[in-house]
Amino acid sequence: MDLKHLRQRGPFEWLLPAAGRMRVPGVIFASRELVEAMDEKVREQVANVASLPGIVAASYAMPDAHWGYGFPIGGVAAFDPDEGGVVSAGGVGFDISCGVRTLHTGLKLADIEAQKARLADRLFARIPAGIGSTGGVHLDPAGMAAMLRGGARWAVAEGYGSEADLALIEEFGSVAGADPGAVSDQAKKRQRDEMGTLGSGNHYLEVQVVSEIFDDAAAEAYGLAPGDVVVSLHCGSRGLGHQIGTDFLREMALAAPAAGISLPDRELACAPLKSALGIRYLGAMRAAINCALANRQILTHLARQAFAEVFPGVRLPLLYDVSHNTCKEETHTVDGSKRRLFVHRKGATRAFGPGHAELPHQYSRAGQPVLIGGSMGTASYVLAGAAGTEERAFGSACHGAGRAMSRHEAVRRWHGRAVVDELEARGILIRSSSSRGVAEEAPLAYKDVTAVVDASAHAGLAGKVARLSPVICVKG
Amino acid sequence: MIWETFPHEADVGVRGIGATLADAFAGAATAMTSAICDPARVVPKDAVVVACTAPDEEMLLVDWLNALVYEMATRRMLFSRFEVSIEDHSLRAIVWGEPVDVARHQPAAEVKGASFCELAVNREPDGRWLAQCVVDV
Repeated sequence: MDLKHLRQRGPFEWLLPAAGRMRVPGVIFASRELVEAMDEKVREQVANVASLPGIVAASYAMPDAHWGYGFPIGGVAAFDPDEGGVVSAGGVGFDISCGVRTLHTGLKLADIEAQKARLADRLFARIPAGIGSTGGVHLDPAGMAAMLRGGARWAVAEGYGSEADLALIEEFGSVAGADPGAVSDQAKKRQRDEMGTLGSGNHYLEVQVVSEIFDDAAAEAYGLAPGDVVVSLHCGSRGLGHQIGTDFLREMALAAPAAGISLPDRELACAPLKSALGIRYLGAMRAAINCALANRQILTHLARQAFAEVFPGVRLPLLYDVSHNTCKEETHTVDGSKRRLFVHRKGATRAFGPGHAELPHQYSRAGQPVLIGGSMGTASYVLAGAAGTEERAFGSACHGAGRAMSRHEAVRRWHGRAVVDELEARGILIRSSSSRGVAEEAPLAYKDVTAVVDASAHAGLAGKVARLSPVICVKG
Repeated sequence: MIWETFPHEADVGVRGIGATLADAFAGAATAMTSAICDPARVVPKDAVVVACTAPDEEMLLVDWLNALVYEMATRRMLFSRFEVSIEDHSLRAIVWGEPVDVARHQPAAEVKGASFCELAVNREPDGRWLAQCVVDV
């Protein structure tokens, strides 16, 4: 991105002044190097989001921002329903409530070394992953509706996990206001056999080791110490969320002119929050959030079963569960007054700072855990929502590394088998049914996640707590 | 009919070029399969009928690709042969493929949906039709 369009406000904060159709300015949180490496499309998309009705304060881009659809991936924007604000299906995306969940194991790396291959095999056998895979949970219409209303809370009631899990999930495992009636029959049909499946592409289940601690107090609050083995899984609302995204993108794009909304890009498809279409989308999108939370809860149960086969008696309590493609109704203070806003985070993680009322009590002093996925050969990070982040970007931070090259280019450069062998030589076991899928997800196909989390920390969005290095990776 | 993928920073662009609009749509569908696996490995043995209608040709392309995403997801199939006819923004197609065979097809990434990003349906100066958009994987 050409810096001439931006005004630097701090070492890690860049202002895109409001111009043309923009109602508010754009703000990009990143180092000079990260901004320079961003595509010009990111600036264009930040500006387009800033032109939407009812946007509040600014159109934000996180340090991992890259060219998305309509919104940049790494985009954050809040809208006020009382000022004609909108909800955008494009601003949430296809993989609604895709997110990361991290589990403790109570084991140290030395405890699992001798059993690593067996554990990898058991996880791969238990976790349905990849195209064509089906889950073991098949829902009838009543069960589907209950799942869409209840989320992880439904899953726990069905026997997948315990009440204790729910306290450590955003919205405590179940978002209010879900409307199963607003979800199309096609979306429900796509989900019928996909409960408890991981998906493919960049979705994964990893066994990781805590390789470095950066913040002793926060790490202690989160229960992390060097050498600890944890499990992280990255997946979303599966076919149901994808179909809801498809359905409402189309409907909102076609309805926008009649609602008086001129879209600079059809992918920004949106509807007024107070319109019937906007309300229906919110109901469907919240149902998809609950689907994602239920899905990660079932996968947690399967991971626990796999661990129990290899390490009898081991427990896998949650560290936390975050979603990074959502629109959530939240209260924020803007210019000194509290306002109820609808915050879109597209490839961005909620990152509430210390003392926030919606945090579990044990994390109240440290701030919200922010779980950042990396590539299967590098590292993931646990961050903590920083003090004051609600004023900077409505309590948001980055979500991951982002791709450095296209899938096509990755397949041209690497062969899946060679990637698996090279990682195994470094002590990282990969289990995947698709050689091409592994090549597309090769570590060097991703950007350096460390630069992204460093920028998040320096920009005052979320501080570094721990680095997690991969030990086993199950891919779709 | 020509099909190809084109780069997008996070996902994959799919493009078909052909003598007719229907050919270009068939090419875009083949390109979408290629984002998942090698279309040459998908045996066109089972037929499925797909139909959709849209207010304009661009929306029709998105609807067409999304109809295929839906059929792939719910039937757990991959498709490699597309017989498409289009009249007045209404599309009807018979598509052939087979159930997913992970070992043989080596599917890399599932397509979640077709987007409006880089969406274009138009007639090139040489008279051929081009149809393209980015699909989310």
